[in-house]
Amino acid sequence: MQLFPCPFCGPRSESEFHFGGEAGNRRPEGFRAVTDGEWAAYLHERDNRRGPASEIWMHMTCGEVFRMERDTVHHGAVRSFALIEGGGDDGLAH
Amino acid sequence: MTRHYSAFSLVKEGLAGQTGWQQAWRSPAPKPRYDILVIGGGGHGLATAYYLAKTHGIRNVAVIEKGWIGGGNTGRNTTVVRSNYFFPESTALYDMALTLYEGLGRALNYNIMLSQRGIVTLAHSEAEMETAARTVNAMQINGTDAELFGVEDVRRVLPLLDMSPAARYPVFGGVWQGRAGVARHDAVAWGYARAADRLGVDIVQSCEVDEFIVEGGRCRGVRTNRGEIRAERVGMVVAGHSSHLAAKAGFRLPVTSYALQACVSEPIKPALDTVVLSPATGVYASQSDKGELVLGGALDRVPSYGQRGNLPVLEEVISGLLEMFPSFRQLRLMRQWAGIVDVTPDSSPILGESPLPGLFLNCGWGTGGFKAIPAGGTLLAHLLATGKHHDVSRPFDLDRFARGRLIDEAAGSGIAH
Repeated sequence: MQLFPCPFCGPRSESEFHFGGEAGNRRPEGFRAVTDGEWAAYLHERDNRRGPASEIWMHMTCGEVFRMERDTVHHGAVRSFALIEGGGDDGLAH
Repeated sequence: MTRHYSAFSLVKEGLAGQTGWQQAWRSPAPKPRYDILVIGGGGHGLATAYYLAKTHGIRNVAVIEKGWIGGGNTGRNTTVVRSNYFFPESTALYDMALTLYEGLGRALNYNIMLSQRGIVTLAHSEAEMETAARTVNAMQINGTDAELFGVEDVRRVLPLLDMSPAARYPVFGGVWQGRAGVARHDAVAWGYARAADRLGVDIVQSCEVDEFIVEGGRCRGVRTNRGEIRAERVGMVVAGHSSHLAAKAGFRLPVTSYALQACVSEPIKPALDTVVLSPATGVYASQSDKGELVLGGALDRVPSYGQRGNLPVLEEVISGLLEMFPSFRQLRLMRQWAGIVDVTPDSSPILGESPLPGLFLNCGWGTGGFKAIPAGGTLLAHLLATGKHHDVSRPFDLDRFARGRLIDEAAGSGIAH
């Protein structure tokens, strides 16, 4: 069983976590300005990186959402951030 | 030299000490230019090359593969072929594949060991039985075979299944598709490779794409570790690595890569002569011709390019199987492995021209690519040869995501991914 680092609870079993998508997938704003293509890109298109990735995860047991840096090839979970710390580069609303 | 496989050639070679068999396919160096280049030597890629040569008469074709042919998901699946989907578009696609599978051994002169032993998808509650009836109706209306099974039917085909009142998941019935079954996965890749090679297709292994050659906004070929290869049209058939290559070509795909794992038990005498799938326990199982039980389950819920599975899902699969078949409790596992599958938001594949003109896609099969190999090959070959969609592939174009015309089989047929 792999351990993932929760920024609030520390290392916990992977089965307690839920994948929440790629970090930095920013919702397009403004109803008239958003084209079908932009909206589809936001909803469906992904970088799906091979190697180092930055992802949003939820630790279901404490209910907190956070950002984790992880490698998709060797599965090493490098580090995780509370969203308030990772703020600037995670692309989420602040 | 013996080229054709038959009972006669077996006897002849047996008497001659097995010395005259011809190599099944050549290993040529890549030429600098082809009419059509296919990236990816799995089942879909090799089938594409075969149908280009066979159906469309285009023989100046190469398949390039970074590893060895059939070494990716084609060699890592659980060998099930079926067409029990919900939407008409899906049935047209997967039934085309199943129908081609039915004649494939003869067409390729290669025994793919197709065994149409039927698949039963179990229903574990009254509500699931209603859904099962709806699925059966949809499949019959869409023109493929399906039958609604009651408890006694399930007992007849699965005598070892725990159907006692104490069972954790009581069985109410299920969906039966009798034409479904299993085929030898390696043989499908090798059979297509051999048949394509005989028609003049170059199969180049250990050949990895570094970058795409783009001229005038159009894909003109690729640069590889074995040199530059140019082509009029290029097909990309690389399953779980589609996003990785798409990034090199300058676009993104609606795909997330996950590991899907499977395992086999030690071989035992025949005990399970159909394919069984239980959505409640998250397990499907069949028994191979060698006697091993072949098990699979849901995706690992962690995006991955590492070709190995994680423990939580393996535990779930095995405990699910034992819940259903307590008599398998004493079996030992022999092997466990994983393949990287390309999952789309609607659990349906992507077939069509990519955002880079001249580059065509066959990807997004997710957890169900093996069953679709003959259709995926036929349809991509049609696209590459004509530049236009086949009627069957049109709904699966990449444009469906912006148009909102998703073919949501996750909701339709209840496949988990």
